[in-house]
Amino acid sequence: MSDTLTPEGNVTATASAAPAETRASRLRDFWSDYRRSPIAVLSLAVVVLLAALSFGAPLVAPQDPYDMAALDWLDAFLPPGTEGSGGYTHLLGTDNAGRDMLSAILYGLRTSFVIGLSAGALALMVGICVGLSAAYFGGRLESLLMRVVDLQLSMPAILLALVLVAMLGQGVGQIILALVVAQYAYFARTTHGAATVERGKDYIEAARSTPLPTRRVLFRHLLPNVLPPLIVVATVQVASAIALEATLSFLGVGLPLTEPSLGSLISNGFKYIHTDRTWLSIYPGIFLMITVVAINLVGDQVRHVLDPKNQR
Amino acid sequence: MTAALDVRGLTTRFETRGATVTAVNDVSFAVEPGRILGLVGESGSGKSVTGFSILGLIDSPGEIAAGEVRIDGDDLRAMSPDQLRRMRGRKVSMVFQDPMMTLNPVLRVGDQMAMAVRVHDRVSKRAAWDRARVALETVGIPAPAERLRAYPHQLSGGMRQRVAIATALLHRPSVIIADEPTTALDVSIQGQILAEVRRLADETGTAIVWITHDLAVVSSLADDICVMYAGRIVESGTAEQVIGHPRHPYTRGLIDSVPSRGQPGEALPQIPGSTPQLADLPTGCAFRPRCSRASELCRTDPPLIGKDHTALCHHPIEEPAP
Amino acid sequence: MLGYLIRRLAQAVVVVFAMSIIVFTGVYAIGNPIDVMIDPGATAEIREKLIAQYGLDQPLWRQYFTFLANVAQGDMGTSMVYNIPVVDLVFSRLPATLELVFVSVCIATFIGIPAGLYAGYRPDSVAAKLIMALSVLGFSVPTFWIGMLLIMTFAVNLGVLPSGGRGDVGSLLGIPTSLATLDGWSHVIMPALNLSLFKMGLMIRLTRAGMVEAMRTDYVKFARAQGLTDREIIFSHVLRNISIPIVTVFGLELGSTLAFAVVTESVFTWPGVGKLIIDSILQLDRPVMVTYLVLVVILFVLINLTVDLVYARLDPRVRLKGGS
Repeated sequence: MSDTLTPEGNVTATASAAPAETRASRLRDFWSDYRRSPIAVLSLAVVVLLAALSFGAPLVAPQDPYDMAALDWLDAFLPPGTEGSGGYTHLLGTDNAGRDMLSAILYGLRTSFVIGLSAGALALMVGICVGLSAAYFGGRLESLLMRVVDLQLSMPAILLALVLVAMLGQGVGQIILALVVAQYAYFARTTHGAATVERGKDYIEAARSTPLPTRRVLFRHLLPNVLPPLIVVATVQVASAIALEATLSFLGVGLPLTEPSLGSLISNGFKYIHTDRTWLSIYPGIFLMITVVAINLVGDQVRHVLDPKNQR
Repeated sequence: MTAALDVRGLTTRFETRGATVTAVNDVSFAVEPGRILGLVGESGSGKSVTGFSILGLIDSPGEIAAGEVRIDGDDLRAMSPDQLRRMRGRKVSMVFQDPMMTLNPVLRVGDQMAMAVRVHDRVSKRAAWDRARVALETVGIPAPAERLRAYPHQLSGGMRQRVAIATALLHRPSVIIADEPTTALDVSIQGQILAEVRRLADETGTAIVWITHDLAVVSSLADDICVMYAGRIVESGTAEQVIGHPRHPYTRGLIDSVPSRGQPGEALPQIPGSTPQLADLPTGCAFRPRCSRASELCRTDPPLIGKDHTALCHHPIEEPAP
Repeated sequence: MLGYLIRRLAQAVVVVFAMSIIVFTGVYAIGNPIDVMIDPGATAEIREKLIAQYGLDQPLWRQYFTFLANVAQGDMGTSMVYNIPVVDLVFSRLPATLELVFVSVCIATFIGIPAGLYAGYRPDSVAAKLIMALSVLGFSVPTFWIGMLLIMTFAVNLGVLPSGGRGDVGSLLGIPTSLATLDGWSHVIMPALNLSLFKMGLMIRLTRAGMVEAMRTDYVKFARAQGLTDREIIFSHVLRNISIPIVTVFGLELGSTLAFAVVTESVFTWPGVGKLIIDSILQLDRPVMVTYLVLVVILFVLINLTVDLVYARLDPRVRLKGGS
């Protein structure tokens, strides 16, 4: 018995060690390719920095801008660089309620990241499930699911999100749900497309003919191979979720005014566009723009690196 | 007689990440009117790049670093880009491997051919279509008027390749570079095309450079043969000389691995090893690591031996007694 | 061909029908419009009377059939806010939106395609890199913020263009449009540019990708081997090939431009259907929402059909299925 066990143990040990090693080296390869574009590296740094600042907002920001008790009406409309009654300098000025703009922006950015990341992650999961089941089971289920997905894809996400938010009402949870419904279709289409190609290959047939449960074939065998295109779609969709949320909030159908949001900050600043209080709308807009563009540039480079055409 | 095509010392380099690759290294050969030169080599040996270099169609990061390319005595390398463009199609043209890809799928065959006519000759569209029809007849396409109105996907592979050859022939060029034009075709169609090409070369006096990896094809078609290895011509001579009495060990290996020459049931001899990476060539003779005759001497650049039938080798196979 | 058309139109009717049910149900799940409409101090009696008047006490399926019966007579209901027939309301706003979309699509196409062609032809040039950088900005920076910057620059700081609204309406070939007057143009140009940026970014990337890919193909090499000039190759060979994906995306994006007009119209207070739908969402004006959404679905279906027909014209390999 021990004779047969030992070699088997050895085999499993080496077999499990090998993938771990290749995964690490693959990651290294990915990074060494990614690094080739200085702009992409800078963008990644910017995204990480903004995320850190916004999630650390309660520690970093000079003020809790949504604590009404902390606000002083006398501080309203202070231009950038003025010292307020709190005894510190308002780097980006204050708004009509005497709110420190920098603090409001950081809190708003946190909301943006939370919404973008959770909507992206949920849409990814839903999309993977829909796309994989359609590709794996085929037949009627496939044509039904994909027809719905295609119909949804032909409708612009903004319109869908607008109607959904109108139906669901305002709030972070509602926005995330609306964005997931509007965006899962992109993931489902990508997963389905990639999985249909993989489905035709021998290894899936081989895995299918062994008595493995369906779920395992789907997630252990099919999924890893459709992952690269999904990563690219996910980056772009997180950026687009952040932009959509800001747009909806700007239009007044997104987050309520009591929630920090870049969109509603800009919307508020927009009221003063004909005055010289331009800092109210410009600064939150700049943060929004930098965030969205940086994420998109990261996505661009990831696409470039993962594209088999560009691989060495 | 002046050669239709005279290539001397042609060298083409590619700049890749951190390394310079010499894809075509000091290549020289000449083809006289009406003759067919077979340029033989494995993929990656630089034979296709040689073809593109002759037409001056090397794009960045590639660059023709040195050499002369003379067509009917005129040096193409000394010409301006526009003069060179005017030579293409008129004096020298090219046919590619995959006939599925060489014709634009969304344009009618006739429109594509008419465009090729009108780029060099100012004739009416109708006259251009007429010329195209005649060209199709020349390469043995039945019902040519109908074929002109067709889209490429409506034609068979062999038919498409004939269209490509007819297009290359439109201006009666002195030289045609044919880059593996029959590799993608069925064997029976391949035979027809080869016979057609042989006939055209004889009738029109066009010089043809036939690029291929298939020694069997050139041995029946070509008048002369050049064998390329790792960017260099390692052996050249008439077809009889090169096939009958190869002097370079690489040519010998190629001939021995052609199936029909062995006894049935006998294992085919193969050249050990694989084509070297151009970015990482051994010093001296590039074939050295795969060669059974190699010695220490082969670490130095091999000499060119022979007069009409040449080889680039330190230890050539002995010439038979005359 | 005719058989194909009939089949597609039949499919379209089914899609529109299905969407109308979804839209109707969805929209009617939103709050109670009566609460928004009436003065909070009104008596319960008035409230009941209004609910009965709008048929809101009926079960949903009966409301839907009443709605369908009315639609059959060309009546999409009455706006609860403006108190005029919705059809009149929407169609009075539609020309302004179509005008805006038309101008912005023209801007996107006539700048985007040449820019993309150049970026694909000389991908390593500085100009190409600049074009690509701008295209990334174009489709990643939110439209409303760019619109705001445009207003700040051209209306507030420079004072050369009006900040919003539609200009004087003249008549062009019998069609009333603001494009017939100079004042109209000065009003439309900024929102149209704003609306076009996203689409332009997309056009640039698509054209560039198509161009880069086409320049690598054998048929382009073959054309070059025949001595064709780059110009001839690009305009006769490449453009024809990449026009196929461009037309497809163009059509689809036409629809999304209509949808994105919602944002631009709000920023520039452009009196089109986009502004109308936002207002009616905020005011829970159900009949307007339903009409707008059904109209959008119909437009989408028509655009898709047109794209497929054009696609078949451009690509000889495509044969329309269903015809004989």
